Order: sequence, then structure tokens, then C-alpha cells
Amino acid sequence: MKIPYGWLKEWVKVPWPAQELGTRLTMAGFELEALESAAPPFSGVVVAEILSAERHPQADKLKVCQVTTGSGPPLQIVRGAPNARAGLKSALALVGAELPGDLRIGAAKLRGVESHGMLASAKELGLGDAAGGILELPADAPLGKPLREYLALDEAVLDVNISPNRGDAMSILGVAREIAAIAGTKVTGPRIENPRGARTARGERFPVKLDAPAGCPRFASSIVRGVNNRAATPVWMAERLRRAGVRSISPVVDVTNYVMLELGQPMHAYDLAKLRKEIRVRRARANEEITLLDGKKVSTDASTLLITDAEGPVSLAGIMGGLRTAVSAETTDVFFESAFFPPGEVQGRGRRLGILTDASQRFERGVDPSHQERAVARAVALLTSLAGGTAAAVALTENVKHVPKRGPVKLRATQLKRLLGVTVPAAQVTRALTGLGMKVSVKASGWTAVPPPHRFDIAIEADLIEEVARLAVWNKIPETEPSGPQRFKRLPEEQPAERAVLEALAARGYEEAITYAFVDPVLQEKLFPARPALRLANPIASDLSVMRVSLWPGLIRAALENRRRQQDRVRLFEHATRFETAGSATHEIDTLAGIAWGPRLPEQWGVAKDSRGAVDFYDVKADVAALLAETGAADSFTFEAGELAALHPGRAARVLRRATPVGWIGELHPALVRSLDFTYAPVLFELDMAALAVRRAAFEEVSRFPQVRRDLAIVVDESVTLSTLAERVTLVTSSLLRGLRVFDVYRGPGLEPGRKSIALGLIFQDISRTLTDEDVDRLMASVVRDLRESLNARIRE
Amino acid sequence: MADLTALTAEARAAVAAATDVAALEDVRVRWLGKKGTFTEQLKALGSLPAPERPAAGARINEAKAQVTRAIDERRAALERADIEAKLIEGRIDVTLPGRGEEAGGLHPVTRARLRIETLFRRAGFDVASGPEIEDDFHNFAALNIPENHPARALHDTFYFPDGRLLRTHTSPVQIRALLDRGAPLAIIAPGRVYRCDSDMTHSPMFHQLEGLMVDENVSFANMKAVLHGFLQAFFERDLALRLRPSYFPFTEPSAEVDMSCVFCGGAGCRTCKHTGWLEISGCGMVHPNVLKASGVDPERYTGFAFGAGIDRLAMLRYGVNDLRLFFENDLRFLRQFRAFSS
Repeated sequence: MKIPYGWLKEWVKVPWPAQELGTRLTMAGFELEALESAAPPFSGVVVAEILSAERHPQADKLKVCQVTTGSGPPLQIVRGAPNARAGLKSALALVGAELPGDLRIGAAKLRGVESHGMLASAKELGLGDAAGGILELPADAPLGKPLREYLALDEAVLDVNISPNRGDAMSILGVAREIAAIAGTKVTGPRIENPRGARTARGERFPVKLDAPAGCPRFASSIVRGVNNRAATPVWMAERLRRAGVRSISPVVDVTNYVMLELGQPMHAYDLAKLRKEIRVRRARANEEITLLDGKKVSTDASTLLITDAEGPVSLAGIMGGLRTAVSAETTDVFFESAFFPPGEVQGRGRRLGILTDASQRFERGVDPSHQERAVARAVALLTSLAGGTAAAVALTENVKHVPKRGPVKLRATQLKRLLGVTVPAAQVTRALTGLGMKVSVKASGWTAVPPPHRFDIAIEADLIEEVARLAVWNKIPETEPSGPQRFKRLPEEQPAERAVLEALAARGYEEAITYAFVDPVLQEKLFPARPALRLANPIASDLSVMRVSLWPGLIRAALENRRRQQDRVRLFEHATRFETAGSATHEIDTLAGIAWGPRLPEQWGVAKDSRGAVDFYDVKADVAALLAETGAADSFTFEAGELAALHPGRAARVLRRATPVGWIGELHPALVRSLDFTYAPVLFELDMAALAVRRAAFEEVSRFPQVRRDLAIVVDESVTLSTLAERVTLVTSSLLRGLRVFDVYRGPGLEPGRKSIALGLIFQDISRTLTDEDVDRLMASVVRDLRESLNARIRE
Repeated sequence: MADLTALTAEARAAVAAATDVAALEDVRVRWLGKKGTFTEQLKALGSLPAPERPAAGARINEAKAQVTRAIDERRAALERADIEAKLIEGRIDVTLPGRGEEAGGLHPVTRARLRIETLFRRAGFDVASGPEIEDDFHNFAALNIPENHPARALHDTFYFPDGRLLRTHTSPVQIRALLDRGAPLAIIAPGRVYRCDSDMTHSPMFHQLEGLMVDENVSFANMKAVLHGFLQAFFERDLALRLRPSYFPFTEPSAEVDMSCVFCGGAGCRTCKHTGWLEISGCGMVHPNVLKASGVDPERYTGFAFGAGIDRLAMLRYGVNDLRLFFENDLRFLRQFRAFSS
């Protein structure tokens, strides 16, 4: 909220300059977001009067004006402004003046006529966006006076952030109250005439009925007749509105805005001539519609609170007035509304309709339910002073039963100390609460405080403690180490430290990526057509609109982006959540995934040509296997051929731990390689983090007897996998087989088509004795026999 | 009996003439071998009169020893020369790079997060987590943010059609941890959070750190000590701490936490917008309504909670000047953070 310093000073004695005030407010919970000047810097602009304004001989739109600044001969100024006229006081930028936007005024010739300066518009001076013509100043503006001085344009404007719980501070009055509480002074404020009875031209009263008193328990109003709404709003008021961030529109509207900014009470002005018979505040009827001031048509439901007249809705309560009864330039008779709507009545409604107004923001945070009539009185006084007219008495329609009341709140001295960790002297507590307008009674054990009606946020003890903290002891609260007992907690060894897992992958050349949890539905659908994804109702972009069912979409995108950045080798991994849906349930699965694309090894000298080829399934499988081995139970994992839409059907494997599927590894499907514009296939893997549970190491006797190695080349059908082969060998050799190595796989000349040769190294060892040649021969013979019988294998000599 | 002196001289000459170990071996065999000259001399001792034999034998052995010594010396010299030659021949360019895979590294946000976790674990906090897809109750209602509360407007929430949402902060973990484990409790909950907001300084997904300590008599003063201690430990330097009163629906009293700028030490610089302060966290005493919603008796227990941006902490720690870099996954950026973790 923008608060002009001078306006504030009308309401409270401010003992600090603006910057210091800003710091004080910040340290009391009202953060100063910006400290600005009322106008951008400019110089050489003075108050001047137009003595005459003649048409330019060569240009219809230009006027040749004789202008005086009160001393010296009149200056000739050429200006194209419809409102330049004799007798008008305006702002004159003298020769040599510097205006915002690096504009320097010099003597000039316009269409052959000399001009010694420039009559300036508000826009040219940085005073708003109304570019209609030159600035109009009041007739009593002192000639020759620098404009900055005259309009107090060096005034500071504080932009203060008002937190949502402090609706009561969304006004000059509200901030003044805070300053008074901080400084220990009192709100003074301009005198607002006795709301009841003053300026009673007539006892006229427009009937108001409160049919929904819970939604509107108070409605203050007044009638002002004979107003000139074509009058110009005086420059002081227009300036204050501008500085507070509100545009000047017409005297009637400006007055309602002014009062709202000043007192925090939103107001609405109706054209009395357009109001029919009476005002009723009631719930909407079926199919009722209202066209608002901004032309937007809004439909209602049974819970909508409306201000209506005999013809129908005239205002959406607490949010915006209706178009039918709006004031216009022609309006002469005005009906002011200053009502109270409880926060719950307005909260959410404006947002649901997509309408957020100054009024609704104040009502939903809480408006003082005790000063509706005061606001009307202020509005009436202001309006009649600047646009004439006579006012009726302020009328108040009220249903006391529904007006919120602030009950007493207890504050225990013990709780205050317990929560803040510091003892606050009792007198300071009382002073802080009293300073906020609370009625405080002091007891032996603490205090009881009745908050003022505008403090909607004070209901429980903690609320009072907060007020005491920020106003009485904030900077005196010490730093005290918590004194909890040291408790040992178990450290489950089967849960790997996340750091260890991530570092294991990093050690194998992968960089950790962090990608968004929402991904492109098109890409994800291509990769995982069978996995339904959760769609966001309000995504930030269409390509970030579904929750990832795998980390691959994000990693593939990251890899492609790196490729675009001329990286020819990409290895990325990510540890994050993927979201799988089954029916209405969503499972968040802690996942580890990676992508490898580009040469097998970083470019380097002295490695075999083979190592410069593209990374393939087996390279990445080694990375995955290395990770799995860190569980201490490498043999509990198996890889079995599987099919997944994202992967090459012949180069994809499901990873299982025991019999449970825990992940996938494979090359990206060739169709996707092409459509995504990879030059060759990246290899992807994905594992459930839960699968990496560690088997606690358990000691096992190491054999002290020699081991024996025998090599064997076996020719089998292509369809026979290593795992089948290994399974048979293991079965036959039982516990004597200590290791099984694959040292060659061969296809080609010398073998029948459809067959391959696998060279195995078998390592035997016994725990209790030295194996003899005969022992090993026997084992080898049974292996050969079994493979021949079960797998149609042939031994290659 | 031959002239031993002459023989010795002849043998030494032969030794000196041997240019490699093989030639030297030939010399040794010829002079000292089973049929070598000196062996023959010893065999010939028998032809001498007995009284002369010991002296003659001693002379022969002395000559033999001299030659042996000469051979050993020569061999050592030849071997040395041989090694010298091999060393020169085997010289490599040690500045050529080593072969094999290069190591990757952890993301800077993860580095910062793990660092934070370590610090808090040492101080007795557990690390807790919660789901990223939340319901209204945990993300808002239980945190004292009822429906239509204006504070909700501050959370640009991503919703799903069924009303669930992506958590806008890690605060729901407070509720879950308290409901799950009860008081007393000291946890931090780092994690991904989401707001539908994206520009220079906002990412729709970012990382937050939640902290919560609930026990009998936990105070605002304790909170100050913990936050100050953590920040000084994380940045490894003395820092000034400044709390400003603020508002969060789930804490009361609430505060924004500023620390003196880690770049200029408070003198004022671009990073701190010349204020000397960096806003680093929001905190407060857990609101009694939140404790109640979490099944904890607010009369018996009090607690504090805080939230901080892990991304921001990482940016300040590593001098990263643009939040968006964390989510672009540019290898040239990521590689800058390869290093042992502490």
C-alpha cells in the first residue's frame, strides 16, 4: 500500500523522517517495500497564468499563448493543448528546465512562431497518465512558485506491505494507529463532524432494509443533492489519490476512494436518480444477474449477497457496484453507501469471479464494524466542499445482534515468558497492548485485553504475545540454545545414505540433473503410452502439464538441450519422485534414473578404437550393476528381456530383485531416436530407490586352498541367454564353483548360422581341501554333459 | 706356476673389455669357471711341495678375489648403464592425460541440501519427508489457512482436477511428522515444492527447507539460536541475524529472517541491494491451531518452525547469480560443482 508521508502527518505526529519511519514500520511487521518520491526529478517548472491564447496562424491545433509568471514581461509560449485558455493557471517549464525522460526545454520556433518554454501536462511532469492537456492549477496558485514546492512533489511516498491478517492497517488511519503504537503517541486525525445530525438540510432519508443481517449488519448512508460532478477534483485531492495509486475520475468517485484510502472503509456512490424506491440488502434470487461498473456481467447463486433496489441488483456487496445506478458526469444527486460486510461474506467470492477490488480486499481482511457512519460523514463533508450540494443527515441501519464483537483475551505472564524465552516487564506489556487501543486489565497472573473493533486478528493468547513481542521486546529476545536431552537414534544399515548412492553414480561419470516434476504430455505419451499420468488443472505451460510417470522425459529433454549446446557426450542422472496412478490413487515413487548418450569414453588418446564408439546397453548395464553391487547383494538382482514402449524391444531389460521388478534399462526405441532427433540411441535406466536396500555384510569363511580355473567354449543357439547357461553350470557344479567369467562371445565363420560361441572361465575351489585334477575333470565332464543335453550345446575345441 | 700378477692383469683387461653383461659372463667363465684359468691354477697346487702350498693357494685366491671383485664392479656398472639406457628409452610425457572415464558430480542444490542435512543431523534433528501431491488439509487447513483465506492468494497453487494440489511449501511435513511421531520432535524436511509462477527469480518447482522443533518450553529465543547457529555453520562465518515481525498463518509470533550479506559483510553490495541484509528465511512459533490439528496439546508443548529456500542458500554459497541455471541442467554449469563433499 502506498502511503504519502504528508497525508500520514495529518493523522499522527510522526517523529521520524520518511526513511527512518520506513525502518520503524518494517521492524514492527509492516515491511517497507519501496520509498519513492511523489514525482520523478524535474526542475525549472513554475506556476504561471495564461494571459491570452490565440490560434497559431499556421496551425489549427496550436495556440500562441502569452504567459506570465508574475514578474517580468509575459512569455510567448506555443502549445497544442485544447484546454489552454486565458485565465488558466498551469505549469510552465522555463527555458533551461529539465523534465523527466531527459527532456531539456530550450527556446524554439514552432511553425515560424517563437516559443520561450513549454506549458506542461501532468504526463510530461511524471504526474500520472492523463495526457488530455496541460496541467490545470487552482486559481489561487501563487504565480512564479516552483511547482515542486507548490505541490510538495518532493514528498516521500512509502510503499508498505500490509500482511493479510492486518486489514485494519490498509488505510492512512490504520498505519497512523500503528505509528502511534510504535512511537507511544496518539492518533489525532482531522476533525470529522459529528456524523449524526450535522449539515441536515432536510430530514430526507432513502429507505434501507437489511434482509440478510448476517451478511450485512450495518449500513450507513446519506443523500447529497445538487452536486456538480463535472467540477474538477482539486489538485490536492487528485495528487493524494495519485500518490496512493488511484486515478482521479470525478468528484463523487474520488471522494469515495479518498475516504476508503483514509479510513479503510470502502464506499459506494449511487446516482440517486437511478435508484428505485428502496435499498434492500439480500441474498440473490434464482438466475439473478448484475452488470458491474466495468461492464462485466456476473451471474449469482443463492449465497451471493446483493444490494438491490426495487428493480433488482445495484451492487455486488463488498466487491463492486452495478452499472445501472452508477454515477456519471451528469449526476447531481448522490446516495452514499458505507456498509459493513463480515470477512467471511466476501472472502473467496471476488476471487472466484475473477474480480479483485480495493473494496473486496479490505472487506475480506476485516473492516472496522464501528465506523461506517464516520466514513459517510467524511465523504459528505468532502464532497460538498469540492462539488457543492446539500447533504441529508447520515442514516444508519443496523442489526446489532450480527455486528461482530471483540471478546476479552487472556494473557498469562508465564506463557508469555515460556513462548518468547524472555521476561517482559509487566508495565511494557500493558503499555504495548494499551497503545494498540485495547482495554487492558492487569491481574496478578497476567492481563486481560479487549481488542478494539478493527482488530479482527486478535482472538487468542498467542495473538497478544505477538503484539507484545513486536512492540515491547523484539530486539531484546536473546538467543538461547535449546536444552533437549541428547537422544541416540538407530541408524538402519539397510537404508543406504542417499549421498553414497548419488556419489556412486557420479563416480561413474554421471552429472546429477534436476528436472521439473511436470513434463510434456506429448513426449511422455510417446514414451509411456500405457502409464496414465496425472494432469494439472492449471499448468504453467502446455508442455509442463502432466506429472512425470518416469524421470526419463525430463532427462531426455535435458540431454537434447545439452546436445543443442554442442555437448557431444551426455551422462546425466536424477534422483526424484515419479508419480504413478492406479485408479484414483497416486503413488509417489522415489526413483533414480539416468541417461547416457555419446561416445563410450570421453575423447582421449591411446584407447582402443572400440572405446570411441557410442555408448551401448552393456556400458550402462555395467554402471547399473556397479550400483546394484553396492547393496552387498549383487546376486539378488537379475536382468530379464522385457518390452517397454520407450525402449528398443530387443535391447531392453527389466531389472528384478528376487522376483520383484525394480526398474528398467535399455536403448531408446529407434523410432523415438529418429523423432527426437538423436543421432544415435541414448541408453536409459531407471530404478526404484527402495530396491537399493543394503544387505548387511556378514562374514563368510575364506578358503585357504588353491583355486583351479578351466576354460570352456560352448556353441549354443542364439536364443540361449547367458543367464540360462550360467544357471545350468551353477546347478551342476554346486558349491564348488567360485566364479564364472565370460571372456568371449563369437558369431561368424566356423559356426552354423543361428548359433553363437560363448567362452566361459570356470573357477573352482573347495573350502576344506585342495581339489585334485580328477575332481575338476569330473566337474567339467558333468557340465559338458548337462549343457549338451539341456541346451543342445556343443563344445568348441 | 704362472705369473699371477700377469694373469690378474690380463683378466682385469678382459673384464674391462666386456661391453655387456653376456660378454662379462664369458669372461667370468673363462677365468673363474670350473675350467677357468684360476681354477686350473688351484688344481695345479698339488704339484707343489706341501710346505709351499698354503702360501701359493693364498696368492691364487687373492688373485681370484681381485678378479671377482673386478667382475662384480664391472657387472654393476654395466647393469647401471643398461638401466640408464632403458630409463632414457622409457621416458614418457607425464603431462598427457590419464585414460578412462571422468567423474561426474552432484547438483549444487543437492550439495547444499546434503550439507544442510548433515549440519542439522549433528544438532540432533531428524530428516523427514512427505508427499509432493498434497491435499487441502495438510497444505492449508491444518496450517491454519482455511478456505478463502486471503493468505492463500500468496500461494500460487497448482491444482489437480480432483482438488488435490502440488504442495506449495514443505510445511505439510510438520503436520505429517507430528501426527506420525508426536511430540517431542525435532526435524527438518527438505524437498521439492511448487508454485505456478515463473520468471527471473521464480521457478515453478523449487526446493524448500522446513524446520520444526516441538517440546515442552521451546521458545522464540531457542529459534533464534538455532537459525543463527545453522546459518553460521552453513556459511562457515560469523553473521549478524535480524528478525523482522511478519505474518504466516501457521506461526505466531512470526518473523522474517535476515542475515548480514555474505558477500559484502553488511557494507552493501549488489546482491543485498545495498541494504547489507539478505532475506533468508521465514519463521515463527507454531500456532496453537496447528499443534491442535496435529494432535499435540498446545498447553503442554510449544514449538518453532522455519522455512528457507535451499536454492537460495545454494546460490549464496556457490555464488550462482541466476536461479534458472539450477533447472537448465547445462553440463557446463553442472561440471563446475564436481568436488568432494564434506
